[in-house]
Amino acid sequence: MIHVVDMTLLAFLALVAIAVTRMTNLFATSVLTGVYSLLMACIFTVLDAVDVAFTEAAVGAGISTVLFLATLSLTTQREKPQRSPNWKALCVALLTGGALVYGTFDMPHFGDPQAPVHQHVGPHYIGVSPTQIGVPNMVTSVLASYRGYDTLGETAVIFTACMAVLLLLQHEKRRDEQSTVEKKPDKEAMEHAIILRVQSKFFIPLILLFGLYVQFHGDFGPGGGFQAGVIFAAGIILYSLVNGLDKARQIIPPNVLHGLVAFGLLLYAGTGLASLFMDGNFLQYRALAEEATHGEHIGILLIELGVGITVATVMTSMFFSFSGRRRS
Amino acid sequence: MDLIVYYASWALLLCGAFLCAIGGLGILRLPDFYSRQHAAGITDTLGSAFVLIGLMLQSGFSLNAAKLVMILIFLILTSPVATHAIAQAARQSGLEPKVVAEEDEA
Amino acid sequence: MSDALGLYNYWIAIFLMMVGFYNVIASGNLVKKLIGLSIFQTSVFLLYITMGKVKDGTAPILGDGYDTFSNPLPHVLILTAIVVGIATTAVGLALVVRIQEHFGTIEEDELIAQEDSP
Repeated sequence: MIHVVDMTLLAFLALVAIAVTRMTNLFATSVLTGVYSLLMACIFTVLDAVDVAFTEAAVGAGISTVLFLATLSLTTQREKPQRSPNWKALCVALLTGGALVYGTFDMPHFGDPQAPVHQHVGPHYIGVSPTQIGVPNMVTSVLASYRGYDTLGETAVIFTACMAVLLLLQHEKRRDEQSTVEKKPDKEAMEHAIILRVQSKFFIPLILLFGLYVQFHGDFGPGGGFQAGVIFAAGIILYSLVNGLDKARQIIPPNVLHGLVAFGLLLYAGTGLASLFMDGNFLQYRALAEEATHGEHIGILLIELGVGITVATVMTSMFFSFSGRRRS
Repeated sequence: MDLIVYYASWALLLCGAFLCAIGGLGILRLPDFYSRQHAAGITDTLGSAFVLIGLMLQSGFSLNAAKLVMILIFLILTSPVATHAIAQAARQSGLEPKVVAEEDEA
Repeated sequence: MSDALGLYNYWIAIFLMMVGFYNVIASGNLVKKLIGLSIFQTSVFLLYITMGKVKDGTAPILGDGYDTFSNPLPHVLILTAIVVGIATTAVGLALVVRIQEHFGTIEEDELIAQEDSP
């Protein structure tokens, strides 16, 4: 039964990808990319990857669509239509695809428990994680503790990407002539958005509360720092979309935002250093408390908090940078 | 009793799937943007409500059912606002509804 | 035939990879290229997660009555990869915005023509 659902969803995914290629209206293409991410999240759920499905739904169908639409509002909305399909590119793609399909004939079949990938490290982590770390969600225990060093690197990459976007888009163009003009369109926009404003007043606290729940519940169910950060950022972005960028900037000043971006990463690295000062190795959480699993829990809590803070503030500041750029 | 609940949940799930399919057919075939919004509205409200209530009957009286009730409440609260936002954005950018010319009645 | 059933997931992942690849090399618009790149990324995620699934397994969260779990390692890799992917896509989009402001266009042939002319 799972095969049928899986195969149908994958066929839909292929159709949506072809539709994305063929359309020239970039606005519609961005929305289709959101549909693509939603289908991908459903497929991940069917394939038992619930944490990944959560992240893909929040990131792909939420933040990614908003960023693409923000870019399209600053550039063009239509692509120049191609006269005929690019035959050389099609040949190259078909040849590469053919070679890859030839390579898949050596791969293990879908779901095979004897596949090489399930042999050494995976069963080892599944075996020792309940006793060594004691956290029910094994993805969190691998992400935060066994492979914590990788996650530190990934958080540093997200931090660097935020720095790059801020460097590129920080200073708004033509400030002097915009300050009198921009007040009027905002007022009109807000009158039209009254239904959205009333409804968002109900939902934004719930979204932020749900983000906190996902952050701290990541030990027991799907969740953790990455998903919680994205959900938190989505709540703030919703507020900014409905009430205007100026009001959102008053509530969360950009200086505080930039400080928190660095603080999250420092919290993560600081936990590692703290365990170094307490007679352990770098990021060896068992050194943080007397009992080993208690130390692991403290360590996982602190670094997930660091990751959550960094991801939330990175997504928010990237959105503020895109949204604050005036159209030339 | 269990059998009745089981069959009722299956009936609701199939009805919900059928309504979602009808909504999809409407989105493809209706002539105008604003009428297509009506078709999308069927999918959002009645289609998903039937599917969620069918799932609630299958999961009995448990935490899962409470979560499904919350999902249903959130869907009912957000999908009309989303439809309104889309329709208003279309109106503001100048998309006029297609009006059929009136025929002279005898 | 059992080959087709067992390898169907990989073939769809490769098809999506090639659709994204074609979008990157054949499309002239920079934003379309970035969308193709994002499709390419998600197809790689699909490949990894498919390899992590175990038949009759469940999500890798300990619970009563479950003893076969899907492999948690690909989940960990892909989880961070998704968020890193959106961060780098945002950098790409910021570059597109600056290119538009400087050159006035984001079509590749017009950009090359502007760069070639003195």
